[in-house]
Amino acid sequence: MTANLGATSLATAGAVERTWQVLAGIVDPEIPAISIIDLGIVGRVSLTAGVLEVELLPTFIGCPALEMVRGTISQRLEPLRTDPQLAIGRVAITTSYAEPWTAERITATGRAALRASGFAPPEVGTAGHEALPPRATCPYCGSRRTVLENAFGPTRCRSIHYCTDCRQPFEQFKDG
Amino acid sequence: MSGPAPAHGAATASLLLALADDDFVLGFADSEWTGIAPHLEEDVAMSSMAQDELGHASAYYGLLAKLTGRDPDEIAYDRPAAAFRHCRLVDHGRGDWARTMARRWLYDTANAVRLEALAQSTDRSLAELVVKVRREESYHLAHDEAWIERLANHPGEPRRRLIEALDLVGPDAPSVLAPLADEPALLASGVQPVGGSELQALWLERLEPVLVRTGLRLPAPAAAALDPVTARSGHGSDFEALWTEFTFVRRLDPVATW
Repeated sequence: MTANLGATSLATAGAVERTWQVLAGIVDPEIPAISIIDLGIVGRVSLTAGVLEVELLPTFIGCPALEMVRGTISQRLEPLRTDPQLAIGRVAITTSYAEPWTAERITATGRAALRASGFAPPEVGTAGHEALPPRATCPYCGSRRTVLENAFGPTRCRSIHYCTDCRQPFEQFKDG
Repeated sequence: MSGPAPAHGAATASLLLALADDDFVLGFADSEWTGIAPHLEEDVAMSSMAQDELGHASAYYGLLAKLTGRDPDEIAYDRPAAAFRHCRLVDHGRGDWARTMARRWLYDTANAVRLEALAQSTDRSLAELVVKVRREESYHLAHDEAWIERLANHPGEPRRRLIEALDLVGPDAPSVLAPLADEPALLASGVQPVGGSELQALWLERLEPVLVRTGLRLPAPAAAALDPVTARSGHGSDFEALWTEFTFVRRLDPVATW
């Protein structure tokens, strides 16, 4: 029996591992340069009693891209779900606010990817609150002499800034 | 799932419904500015805030749905107008820009006080959600205050319209924080840690610096805005029109999908 249990947990670990690999290949629909893993919006992945749970942490509560992400995840996980060796009965994609998404969750790779596509990554620890307006570093020249043009940008998670050194407008990915 | 004992379920449900309906109705009303706000950047800002409010409403409806075993869309779209429990302040139509800004400022400041208290709620899923909501609302507060000062400090038409707006919606503003009929149960369970009257006092303190700086005045509260029942019922014709609009597709085809 012990051998069987061992084999089961090994299969579970394998399924979870393969799920993370699949998720790493899914990009943010609004900024396709960054994966949802590097953006930090995937919380936990677990397989319990045949239910594979992928927990999402929304950047903003009303983010309309979340539904797209949810659809893509469920589509990409379909081959895993139908793989008899992995024993996944059902995929559940949930959202959680227990440990809410913040800028700290964006990985170093993610921050580099944002900069490379002309977005200033959020300045860690300046979220909302008294810190308004948020500071931003110009993604083009690295200057800190930037001004906030509009706290509300083309999507809910982006604000518009202007660099007074290289005179470029740019966007910042906002802290949640 | 953690949370209060089931005996408190009905009271918790009434609190969630009030929170959800407030944000839902305000979000829909403000979304009417999309495309016609005073300038393009404001159009984007107002649409973003309206989107936030609908997002928050959807999350509160989600908690309510879990608690009551119902479908969130049913709660949001299948109720008659009279069954909505939003407060009198958001019952006013959007009016002109000054009225929209006056209403937003009064609502967001009151809501901020309410959410600060609910972050300590004994209902863990509500408290967790509220932490996230508050971070988003901080952007709204900064935006509202900038506009109130901008309109107030511009003599002539902008200031006159702002004063007219405050005279119209101001008496109904305390309705956001009016004690709910279930308040004793909510306070006993700790789901709502601070009562409505105390929240109203905290809210007035919050408004004071802006009122002093701008020389504006908040009119005396309407009696109906302070009463637990009338603060959240007896909706007017502005809301009837909005309800007709936002339930239109649902009534036309209840099983429509995107």
